Amino acid sequence: MPTIPSLQTHLPDLLGGALLSLKVDLGELTLDVENASIKEVCEKLRDDPQCQFDQLIDLCGMDYSQYGSEEDDQNNDLKNGQPWPGSRYAVVYHFLSLNHNLRIRVRSQLDDYHPVTDSIIDVWPVADWFEREAFDLYGIIFTGHPDLRRLLTDYGFIGHPFRKDFPLSGQVEMHYDEKQGRVVYKPVTVEDRILVPRTRRKDTFAGSRRSAQNTGNNTDNLGGEPK
Amino acid sequence: MAEIRNYTMNFGPQHPAAHGVLRIIMEMDGEVIERCDPHIGLLHRGTEKLAESKPYNQSIGYMDRLDYVSMMCNEHAYVMAIEKMLGITIPVRAQYIRVMFDEITRILNHCLWLGAHALDVGAMTVFLYAFREREDLMDCYEAVSGARMHATYYRPGGVYRDLPGEMPKHAPTQRHSDAETKARNADRDGSLLDFIDAFTQRFPGYVDEYETLLSDNRIWKQRTVDIGIVTPERAKALGFTGAMLRGSGIEWDLRKKQPYDVYDRMDFDIPVGTNGDCYDRYLVRVEEMRQSNRIIKQCVEWLRANPGPVIVEDHKLIPPSREHMKGDMESLIHHFKLFTEGYCVPAGEAYSAIEHPKGEFGIYLVSDGANKPYRVKIRAPGFPHLAALHEMSNGHMLADLVAIIGTQDIVFGEIDR
Repeated sequence: MPTIPSLQTHLPDLLGGALLSLKVDLGELTLDVENASIKEVCEKLRDDPQCQFDQLIDLCGMDYSQYGSEEDDQNNDLKNGQPWPGSRYAVVYHFLSLNHNLRIRVRSQLDDYHPVTDSIIDVWPVADWFEREAFDLYGIIFTGHPDLRRLLTDYGFIGHPFRKDFPLSGQVEMHYDEKQGRVVYKPVTVEDRILVPRTRRKDTFAGSRRSAQNTGNNTDNLGGEPK
Repeated sequence: MAEIRNYTMNFGPQHPAAHGVLRIIMEMDGEVIERCDPHIGLLHRGTEKLAESKPYNQSIGYMDRLDYVSMMCNEHAYVMAIEKMLGITIPVRAQYIRVMFDEITRILNHCLWLGAHALDVGAMTVFLYAFREREDLMDCYEAVSGARMHATYYRPGGVYRDLPGEMPKHAPTQRHSDAETKARNADRDGSLLDFIDAFTQRFPGYVDEYETLLSDNRIWKQRTVDIGIVTPERAKALGFTGAMLRGSGIEWDLRKKQPYDVYDRMDFDIPVGTNGDCYDRYLVRVEEMRQSNRIIKQCVEWLRANPGPVIVEDHKLIPPSREHMKGDMESLIHHFKLFTEGYCVPAGEAYSAIEHPKGEFGIYLVSDGANKPYRVKIRAPGFPHLAALHEMSNGHMLADLVAIIGTQDIVFGEIDR
């Protein structure tokens, strides 16, 4: 019965050059793989007797462009955070093996300007809607997908709303116009506000992982402001 | 003159059998479905995007509103993801309370599913019966959290508060005589646990009532047997989980296979189907209700005997008590910081999955070390199920489509997110 440690040694042999990195964190195995060979990787993960990942549990787009940044009144720059080392877009797959009772996460990083990747719909038919969703929300193009339409957003929607540069309040708002007898769109009048700024305080992590993430002067545990 | 054979037909989005706001564009050959293309997103509220702009705790309430018939289970996956990233072990009593309410939620969900499924197929009475039990269970929700549906009861670190010592009673009304009011309050003299215990005594009889109405019913069987058959291989390839997978004969239940909280201490069985049709999935879910009842009983017994804390004592995560805040400066600061800024979660990523009444409900949480999540991906079980609607309904009659939508247990809150 394969386990995560046994997969750690087996997967580099299986995937060869397609495997960029392999990491175990919080008991979860994460692979970073070469985008060009994603389909091949998926087939191997599904068919290899040591893996048998027969279910694609989840597929989602990612936009790392503001990873590690903070919001406050003046600026929107990095203070304590580390920027994302990879490219802006990625597709994250979660696989589950029913036979071996194992989970694995595979990430393939895409081009910053033209996020394009191969569709894995031939490997798992369930990828159909997941890929449509990632296309809709992040603008990731899945080549080979037979029917890459928008899924969740409105008919005629413009833009990819889950990208980090898309405002939370959206671009347009709609209402029913009595005179024209139809629904009309106009630019949104809601102001985007930040109620709680994104901040990062290394010495105020709750829970047991606090000490592991600390960087030193931990005597002040009341909020992290310098005294 | 050319013969017109195929029709394109629109179904929904406002149709009683569409379970919310499902719109399907169907291509029909007479009464047989050739192609069906569900259009979803009419209930898309951008929960995942909203969660990115809020401190962790403020999104718990959004989780209730995903699958709005199994509220606490959604919360459970979300708080478990946060706990995993923080490295918190919650008190055992809180784990038992969570398991108990997960199972109460499962019964709530299955009651609604059964009622709605039967109503779609043409049986009215089951709906009324099922809602009678839902009422009792929602009273449990209300007693513990103050809200009948959107509870926000689970918190990272445990549950918001301990189970109440007394159950709220029905007030006398003009419509009920004194004797009736007394009868309505019969189980409510004791604590919440007494009330739940009395419910678990009654409930197997109620399930028998549902089964009397349906299991051997000729019309019910004509409408569900051999409808929407999914083979085990296809069920896996189509990403089915939960009862949809078990109905096809695959014994897979996260509560057994990857137990979380105290499910490993519970004694229960996993029902599986054999044919993978609507009738088998019906039988699986009905049996699940009985098994949930067993689990609730075990939890009630344990919770009665073992008082204790229900939430961790970490004031970086949990607000201090009012009493402490009045006299202790540090508690006051903790409270202020927690409600203005929240808590930071170490950078990293985690996926936590639970056996939701509909299947595997997962939260993929990415943190960059800030007080808000960087990305929350909600893996809704109904999403792949509905995606397979075309495959399940292809070649069936239009009326069977309604049975298939019913058996998939579709709720749009989670599919559209």
